[in-house]
Amino acid sequence: MTPETETELAQIVAGLSGPVSIVGGGTRGVAGSAPALDISRLTGIHLYEPGALTLVAAAGTPLAEVEAALDAEGQRLAFEPMDHRVLLGTSGAPTIGGVVAANVSGPRRVQAGACRDFLLGVRFVDGGGAVIKNGGRVMKNVTGYDLVKLMAGSWGTLGVLSEVSLKVLPKPEATQTLAIAVPDAERAVGPDAERAVGAMSDALGSPFEVSGAAYDPERGQVFARLEGFADSVAYRSARLSERLARWGDITRPEAPDLWSDIRDVRCFADRAGDVWRISCRPSDAPDLAQKAGADALLFDWGGDLIWALMAEGSDLRARLGGFDGHATLIRSDQETRAQLGMFHPQPAPLAAIQQALRTRFDPQGRFNPGLMG
Amino acid sequence: MEMPEPDPKILERKPQLLARLSTVLPEDALIHEISETRAYECDALTAYRCPPMVAVLPASTQEVSDVLRICHEEGVPVVPRGSGTSLAGGALPTEDCVILGVARMNDVLETDYDNRIIRVQSGRTNLSVSGAVEERDFFYAPDPSSQLACAIAGNVAMNSGGAHCLKYGVTTNNLLGVTMVMMDGTVVEIGGAHLDAGGLDLLGVICGSEGQLGVVTEATLRILRKPEGARPVLIGFDDNAVAGQCVSDIIKSGILPVAIEFMDRLCIEACENFAHAGYPKCEALLIVEVEGSEAEIDSQLGKIIEIAKRHNPVELRESGSAEESAKIWLGRKSAFGAMGQLNDYMCLDGTIPVSELPLVLRRIGELSKDYGLPVGNVFHAGDGNMHPLILFDANKPGDLEKCEAFGADILRLCVDAGGCLTGEHGVGIEKRDLMLHQYNPDDLEAQMAVKDVFDPKWLLNPAKVFPLGSSAARRSA
Repeated sequence: MTPETETELAQIVAGLSGPVSIVGGGTRGVAGSAPALDISRLTGIHLYEPGALTLVAAAGTPLAEVEAALDAEGQRLAFEPMDHRVLLGTSGAPTIGGVVAANVSGPRRVQAGACRDFLLGVRFVDGGGAVIKNGGRVMKNVTGYDLVKLMAGSWGTLGVLSEVSLKVLPKPEATQTLAIAVPDAERAVGPDAERAVGAMSDALGSPFEVSGAAYDPERGQVFARLEGFADSVAYRSARLSERLARWGDITRPEAPDLWSDIRDVRCFADRAGDVWRISCRPSDAPDLAQKAGADALLFDWGGDLIWALMAEGSDLRARLGGFDGHATLIRSDQETRAQLGMFHPQPAPLAAIQQALRTRFDPQGRFNPGLMG
Repeated sequence: MEMPEPDPKILERKPQLLARLSTVLPEDALIHEISETRAYECDALTAYRCPPMVAVLPASTQEVSDVLRICHEEGVPVVPRGSGTSLAGGALPTEDCVILGVARMNDVLETDYDNRIIRVQSGRTNLSVSGAVEERDFFYAPDPSSQLACAIAGNVAMNSGGAHCLKYGVTTNNLLGVTMVMMDGTVVEIGGAHLDAGGLDLLGVICGSEGQLGVVTEATLRILRKPEGARPVLIGFDDNAVAGQCVSDIIKSGILPVAIEFMDRLCIEACENFAHAGYPKCEALLIVEVEGSEAEIDSQLGKIIEIAKRHNPVELRESGSAEESAKIWLGRKSAFGAMGQLNDYMCLDGTIPVSELPLVLRRIGELSKDYGLPVGNVFHAGDGNMHPLILFDANKPGDLEKCEAFGADILRLCVDAGGCLTGEHGVGIEKRDLMLHQYNPDDLEAQMAVKDVFDPKWLLNPAKVFPLGSSAARRSA
């Protein structure tokens, strides 16, 4: 099933007699065993107005095509979507619809916001085959309920996206990264992680608009990124260095791939084990990291996001116990995923609301059944 | 404005309802004499008024839960109310409803600078959230004009914006978690002190749902470190279209100002007469503000002035001091008051793509002539959120109706230009009946399906957001 227009997509959905796996580029590693509903031929940038910072594209448009169009005008997707191919070893071309469906955001999320914060409008096909639009292409819009956010990160379980409308931002003139050495970092737990999270918190709590704050325990370094006009970056870099000097020695690495490697968790790519993504209150990160007993860790978003490389089959959620946040299983074998579930179980009242929403939007349970609950 | 007929069975049972509510609320939190309920008869959309049957002022999440459980069991509609500053009639009561005001719940529950969050009770005012973290030079970014009075509860319900959202986003971009009471009394916790809540984005759909999905009693908000400084430049043009082009060129250049405000001739003159800000006499005025250190501000304003000069401005005034900045902002900040000196006015809130600005302004001018009502335009130009202010005389028979019809035409124009009915004020009752101009019945059905899930009996904030015809079957079920 490979519709080329929204109308065809709606017809296919209306005629479905069983569940489908919704696939864009197939790079996020969630396609189930049901027949594929492939939206990768639903392509094209429908509108791009650089002066209004808005872009509208069919959901199957390759992310690369969107990024190339933006690049030509000196703009970008500020939420810095992760490329899952590196970590999961998948192939294919990520689509803009897939990015939205999975609400994929990278290191800049901590400052600029997540994919959902840049999503202005959607068109999608619900389980009954009706085409629904919500939001639009303007930056401020509170007309009716915000189904735009509901669709972002719903992993296709509420409807099949056919078009997305995004806010884009200018690319900065300059980027500078500060690396702070956090001494004696053999393990990412105890004093080192606390020190690292403290340094990141200090950076993010400064007035210098830090657009990335990550900690790689194996390198023993905290990274803080500054972006903007060259003179401004130079000024802020100097001021931030003064502020952060108390945490450790500061260098300015010239590593062009540093942030895309952090974004894509490249450090776990060639290592065996399950990969988990923990979302938590940053100050809880050191304690959670200790409880995880991971083989390796990577901290992003100032400690709000922890990537954990775990021995295969480990039940990370059981080790963490109750905490303010959630843990998502990103990479594992099928057996582990079936046993533990990709997504963190929700408290009963919230699980009931989410199930009821899925039943409303997709009454027959056609779309990616079982993926989110 | 058409509102549903009150249910006589509910009105009859008022004594039983009061008896039950008095078991869960202290005496002074239960208001039911008409002399007192009248205080809740309207919000800031004062053209429409209706005293509620009862008003309650709970002081805790538990009390909110008790009240909602009782109203749910009794089948009584509930209209949640923050500070009553809605310009869209979002807190307008029905005759048979209970107004649930959160004004007594205004404590700060947690301030956490390391994690850059604050948790407050939802009755706390917007400005006092920033006030609570000012000592450490932090602030809460969304800044609606009513921020001195408006409550976080209403901000969450309406997904409120403000002048600075071009850079910082609106409420939904700064809200991390809520404690919410469902209509049946169930208390749920969604999100928390971390960036992305798990599961479906319920927080995203609750924010902006106009109090129709639940009553938010606590909110976890992102706080940010204040910039080192901020300063505006004032730029005057003799043509609206040129001002619009200048806005677009600034944005394309890679500068992201914290605010770009636009005023047209009528507003400029009204503000000048009212506030004596020293504004030039011209067709269009832009106030562009940037943030950073002194040197960063100088550099950014320099770039903006360079762009503006290409468009032959009739006035260019860069603020060099805090006093000059205050003077430049003085006129803009008093725009609504200044227009109110001229006559009664109705404030609209449509958003348009920035590129459609000249066309939309021209068409509004034509409509103004047709209707014989003056209109001033003041708006957040960076994000296309317009605030046309239509002047009318409330004492002149027929003028309000004429003004409403003119307003509806402007909002339809915004939608037809690729925009929307409301950028930050919400639908409420004001734009309810225009929803079908922006959305088709399937689109509205999908939104109403969400309400079905959260509030199956359709008791929360009835007769708002959706056209009465579209929601009739559900409301009478």
